[in-house]
Amino acid sequence: MTKVKKKRRVGSNLYLGLVFLFLYLPIIVMMVFSFNESKSRANFTGFTFKWYADLFENDLIMNSFWNTILIAVLSSVIATILGTLAAIGISNMKKAARKTVMNGTYLPIINPEIVTGVSLCLLFVSLAGFFGLQFGFTTVLIAHITFVLPYVILNVLPKLRQMDKSIYEAALDLGCNPWKAYWKVVLPEIMPGIFAGFLMSFTYSLDDFIITYFVSGSGFQTLPVTIYGMVRKKVNPQINALSTILFVVVLLLLVLMNIKSAKSAKKAKEKNY
Amino acid sequence: MKKLVSYPYILWMLVFIIVPLFFVAYSAFTNDAGNFTTVNFTSIAKYTPVFLKSLWLAVISTVICLLIAYPLAFILSRKSPRSQGMLIMLVMLPMWINFLLRTYAWMTLLENEGLINKFLELLGFGTVQMINTQGAVVLGMVYNYLPFMVLPLYSIMCKIEPSVLEAAQDLGAGRFQTIFRVILPLSRTGILTGVIMVFVPSVSTFAISRMLGGGSNMLIGDLIEEQFLGGAYNPNVGSALSLILMVVILIIIGVTNTFDSDEMEGMLV
Repeated sequence: MTKVKKKRRVGSNLYLGLVFLFLYLPIIVMMVFSFNESKSRANFTGFTFKWYADLFENDLIMNSFWNTILIAVLSSVIATILGTLAAIGISNMKKAARKTVMNGTYLPIINPEIVTGVSLCLLFVSLAGFFGLQFGFTTVLIAHITFVLPYVILNVLPKLRQMDKSIYEAALDLGCNPWKAYWKVVLPEIMPGIFAGFLMSFTYSLDDFIITYFVSGSGFQTLPVTIYGMVRKKVNPQINALSTILFVVVLLLLVLMNIKSAKSAKKAKEKNY
Repeated sequence: MKKLVSYPYILWMLVFIIVPLFFVAYSAFTNDAGNFTTVNFTSIAKYTPVFLKSLWLAVISTVICLLIAYPLAFILSRKSPRSQGMLIMLVMLPMWINFLLRTYAWMTLLENEGLINKFLELLGFGTVQMINTQGAVVLGMVYNYLPFMVLPLYSIMCKIEPSVLEAAQDLGAGRFQTIFRVILPLSRTGILTGVIMVFVPSVSTFAISRMLGGGSNMLIGDLIEEQFLGGAYNPNVGSALSLILMVVILIIIGVTNTFDSDEMEGMLV
């Protein structure tokens, strides 16, 4: 019996290894070839940093990078405020009204992104006729706020539901007015949900290509849109360099976050003893 | 009064989610001059093969994702809590790189002068045409969306207690009976969620098919993109295509009944 078990364990570990090989091989190859001197994707001809240097001198890429950051910060902050207020309102609604609003909230999540992109594109085209709205910063910002909003609401609502309603009433009894009670008592309670919603919005905004592609026009590009323009034309080692940098940054962030949460878990454990 | 604070959001949602969808419907049923017509729908009848191909490739990708992810999720859920966290992070990590870059990585691997073909040549197989094929498109979909399948499966399998499996075995179930009569029924909702999460982006993609499929493997997404931003500019036809795509997907979701609102919230927490 133990022999069978051992065999199974080896088998399952082998399977894990194969899947991770599939997931990471392309990324590793791309990282290695970002240091390749020639443009060849099959022969490593020599070590160089020149694609990295090119990358930082590429105005198009650097501009779109800052555009992406700007849009991500603005859209996630605005969506977090709007979405948190919305969640508070929704949690106080009667069942029928709540259901209607929530169905609308799920719509952009369920709908294929291309349909959301196309629908906003059509809206902005006709708004351009009426208000002179130009495709660019404003349209991208509106689109991003729209598609990240549901994630804020979906992160905040469960926290509101878990919260003990009596602490809000206690705050009122102790002399807070409703606004102050929300600000001083409810908000700190639901803060983890708000923060999670904010982070989710920020990363979704950074990463979005499809919707942005349909609403950005030619004057204002985010990084993914610029990347799409580059990969469609021809192979460019700068893209390898860019991917490598992004991957390393994400890896470092995740490792840091893990170390931090491990530390706080340890602290919590020590406290309990 | 407490409901008032959600009104800005409701207004936003109406203007930027609901109204735009009516624009799509309106545009699909009108011509350039704004007169009612159904010509947009009759004119896209010729694209039926493209529609069927998109559905077919998306189904294949979804099935492959399920076949890869199901054992993976189960193995992960039986690991110690510590290595579970680590391994799930490893599954998620590639998702943090934009899917265009991940697809680009495969583009360079699969092309005729790429690394894989170089190895095949060394082994004496000669150059194999891999890029610009349907297989490459399916590979791109599987690679990009596999984590979407793993996550819901993993989170549902974590809820299957080891004692349940032991009980099944004690009661005389063999390995296959345990899998098909215990694990599979218990993980049903996870399978449905994963299937939808892989199928929807696969069936509506345009970048993956463009990058890995070349010009000869157009999907619905490519058609729509062409009508709005490409050479074949015709937003009315594009809207008709989008409308059909949306209706098809909503019907599929309705049939599988995946997006129960309470379940969705549970998944995010």
